[in-house]
Amino acid sequence: MTEATAQTRTQYRQRHLPSRRPTVSGTAAASLTLAARGLLKVRHNPFLLFDVVALPVVLTAMFAGIFGGAIAGSVGNYLPDLVPGVLVQVAVTATVNTGVQLCDDVDRGVFDRFRSMPIARIAPLIGALTADVVRYVVAAVMVVVVGLVMGYRPDSWPGLLLGCLLVIYTAFALSWVFAFLGVRMPSAPAVQGASMFVLMPMTFVSNALVPTAHMPSWIKWLADINPVSHLVTAVRQLANEGTLGVDILWSLVGATLIMLVMAPIAVRAYIRKT
Amino acid sequence: MAAMTPTPVDRGPAVDVRDLTVRFGEFVAVDGVSFTVPTGSVLGLLGPNGAGKTTIVRVLATLLPATSGTAGIFGHDVRRDPHAVREVIGVTGQYASVDEELTARENLLIFARLLRYTRAGARRRCDELLEEFALSDAADRALKNFSGGMRRRLDLATSLIAEPPLIFLDEPTTGLDPRTRQQMWATVRRLVDGGSTVVLTTQYLEEADQLADNIVVIDHGRVVAEGSADHLKSSVGTGTLRLVLRDGAERATAGSVMEQLAGHQVEIDSDGSLAVPVNDASLVTDVLIGLRDKGIEVDDVGVHKPTLDEVFFQLTGNREDTV
Repeated sequence: MTEATAQTRTQYRQRHLPSRRPTVSGTAAASLTLAARGLLKVRHNPFLLFDVVALPVVLTAMFAGIFGGAIAGSVGNYLPDLVPGVLVQVAVTATVNTGVQLCDDVDRGVFDRFRSMPIARIAPLIGALTADVVRYVVAAVMVVVVGLVMGYRPDSWPGLLLGCLLVIYTAFALSWVFAFLGVRMPSAPAVQGASMFVLMPMTFVSNALVPTAHMPSWIKWLADINPVSHLVTAVRQLANEGTLGVDILWSLVGATLIMLVMAPIAVRAYIRKT
Repeated sequence: MAAMTPTPVDRGPAVDVRDLTVRFGEFVAVDGVSFTVPTGSVLGLLGPNGAGKTTIVRVLATLLPATSGTAGIFGHDVRRDPHAVREVIGVTGQYASVDEELTARENLLIFARLLRYTRAGARRRCDELLEEFALSDAADRALKNFSGGMRRRLDLATSLIAEPPLIFLDEPTTGLDPRTRQQMWATVRRLVDGGSTVVLTTQYLEEADQLADNIVVIDHGRVVAEGSADHLKSSVGTGTLRLVLRDGAERATAGSVMEQLAGHQVEIDSDGSLAVPVNDASLVTDVLIGLRDKGIEVDDVGVHKPTLDEVFFQLTGNREDTV
């Protein structure tokens, strides 16, 4: 580029300032570019996928070995209950990443660069959430593959597929909560800590790994109302029986409600952040 | 670039700041600041840490709302029309705002795509910039292995993708070694030669002196002085001549010689050295010749340039207040 052309271009841009607000298609394009950015990071640092690749293998194998004989008599009998349980557990836990990554961006000045560019302010948020959907897909595929290798055979393949989609949708809805935390909390480790504090009990005090029938009554009560339990039940019904139970409805309504409440709050916090 | 809607803009300054005030709770970070930056010129915002320079840049870059006052960029109000402002500015912050995990090329490509370059267009522009900023050889290495200077260069290159007519550089050379600093200065000069307007913040008097057409000195959120580098320097004197005599007993005689020739009062430091402000370097020679004529021998001689601190002490006239 010669200086003369640079000057002409500069003058052109001064005279013809585009003052258009970002359009919907422009916002979608920017969000996709930013989702690609999230995935590029994963390509350079595959350890970012640790929680959705290695964890499913370890958890499925470990829980099958520990609980299989005690709960279902054998590993093979336990898998139809365990695979949906671990599926939900891994996907729900993976949503923390949204908050951690966003917090990191805000910390490192990348956030300021995005906000000083002529793109919709919400694009980095949508981009991050979109990239995370890819992670949930990876998590779901990993759990199912490990289950299959260990001998799991779903009764209904379409049911299992629908169950996976339901889990991914719920994880997407839940990631708005962590997007909000990521914007509001001071550091990435703080987001990680606070999130695990909530998610650990939520995923374990449920029917994900063991039936709630023999739990002490107060824990049973908690586990029975836990949305994670409803989601696990929904996936089990879909994959093992091929039926649409009422738990699917509860899961869909719950996830959608979380998103309807948290998405505007997260977006507002993100846009107002200075 | 994608098609853009042409909107006519008033001729006038690139930046027009009037009575800008930014408060964070009780703390007044920017207090009634006004200045203009003519199109095609370089403004240096000079001041110590915490003076409010970065806050001013953040308001101008639409990153922070002002508490009161107005700021216009090429006639567009930063508050009412931030989208138009974002189309014409490039911002390089104090901390390199690029992705550590990605390569230099990937960073540039992502930002070019965000700026609505086509795939092919983005690739072409990235190659141009990598070449221009001497990053071609390192283009496909992860940023983790980049030096501070390379990171800054990439950061600046990223700001320049869309060839914005107005560029904000927030402390562009803080933490860089002298050679890299020189390179950064050369880059800024090249931008200005290309017709860009630049607003840079700096803590270094020398940097403002080297690059800026106009300097606004900021302290405690207020403008304490404004003008060209020469103007500011003449108001504080160009330096101090400091002498150590071989024989301390000759101090009085030497002092009167110095006072007579330099036209300022001589100060005697605790270590016994004599100091006098000199506005003109040739005075140093005059003083030394004058001393030799009196047969006074000098052990050590030094000309001390005014530091930013001294400029501030002079400009604000209140040592306690500026420390």
